[in-house]
Amino acid sequence: MDFTEQQIERYSRHIILSEVGVEGQEKLLNSKVLIIGTGGLGAPAAMFLAAAGVGTIGLVDRDVVDLSNLQRQIIHQTKDVGKLKAVSGRETINEMNPDIKVIEYHTFVDSSNIMDIIKDQDYDFIIDGTDNFAAKFLINDACVLAKKPFSHAGIIRFHGQLTTYIPDNNTPCYRCIFKQPPPEGVVPTCREAGVLGVMGGVIGTLQATEAIKYILGLGDSLAGYLLTYDALDMEFRKIKIKHNKKCGVCGDEPHITSLIDYAQPVCDLSTGTIKG
Amino acid sequence: MKVQINGQEKELAGPLTVEELLKVENVKMPEMVSVEINGEILDREQFSEVIVKEDDEIEFLYFMGGGACGLY
Ligand SMILES: [Zn+2]
Repeated sequence: MDFTEQQIERYSRHIILSEVGVEGQEKLLNSKVLIIGTGGLGAPAAMFLAAAGVGTIGLVDRDVVDLSNLQRQIIHQTKDVGKLKAVSGRETINEMNPDIKVIEYHTFVDSSNIMDIIKDQDYDFIIDGTDNFAAKFLINDACVLAKKPFSHAGIIRFHGQLTTYIPDNNTPCYRCIFKQPPPEGVVPTCREAGVLGVMGGVIGTLQATEAIKYILGLGDSLAGYLLTYDALDMEFRKIKIKHNKKCGVCGDEPHITSLIDYAQPVCDLSTGTIKG
Repeated sequence: MKVQINGQEKELAGPLTVEELLKVENVKMPEMVSVEINGEILDREQFSEVIVKEDDEIEFLYFMGGGACGLY
């Protein structure tokens, strides 16, 4: 592909890196990353992937922007309140970098649509930017079954964690660590929840880093490790995780061969109660 | 006996099971925690049987997401 003069300038700090160069930048521009959830994690991940020149970015979200999102979901602006998040995300991305083709999916993922979405553009890498266990297990199982690399992450209060799954690599998956979602009634009400806005920035940006490294074939990924971050102690820990032979989806005798829709209670922050 | 929990050295009294350890360590929601000992993820069903030994390296891995984790 031929770079325009503007592109050479835009990506000059990448191109000057011997590990990236013109060739690497071309790989990025030809790559496709799917971001499921454009919230605390997905917003910064999408921004940095767009800035880096990842040519196709899929955004999956059925939510509309709420004023309370703006404390951390930096892809959305005050003027976007009430707008579909995938639309708002696409607009911000294209204002920043018109090179990027953004595909909007105005839906939440479930067992009926996730495979179609993953395969829609044959995405190279998937970022789990969701905030609930049902979606996290669904994304894990779908990526394992479809043999797609993905980044799992979670944030809460002053804590965050992430890991990377690479297929056919004896990599542990999310389910290798956590066998199944916590039992209903254990997850506390949203009244107790909260998150420091920057947590998504730190962890979502690390997810974007893993995607870029995977596309460029650089360095060592977090496959086989869970990275945890405690903002109060300012401590990162990289915990070695082995592939779990008894894992339900990627173990020696997997019993999960089709996708599962776990019940997901929905939080109503205005009343602090759980619906559904 | 000395063990490591999430990278920190701890002095524990007597032999105890993983279930007991979660109590001693004040883990508020044990259902929200996976436990790895010396690199192996335990089955939840084993928590009441597996005995923590001297020099074990234990990791409490917390579910995170959906406004919850096992830390509080
Ligand atoms: Zn697994």
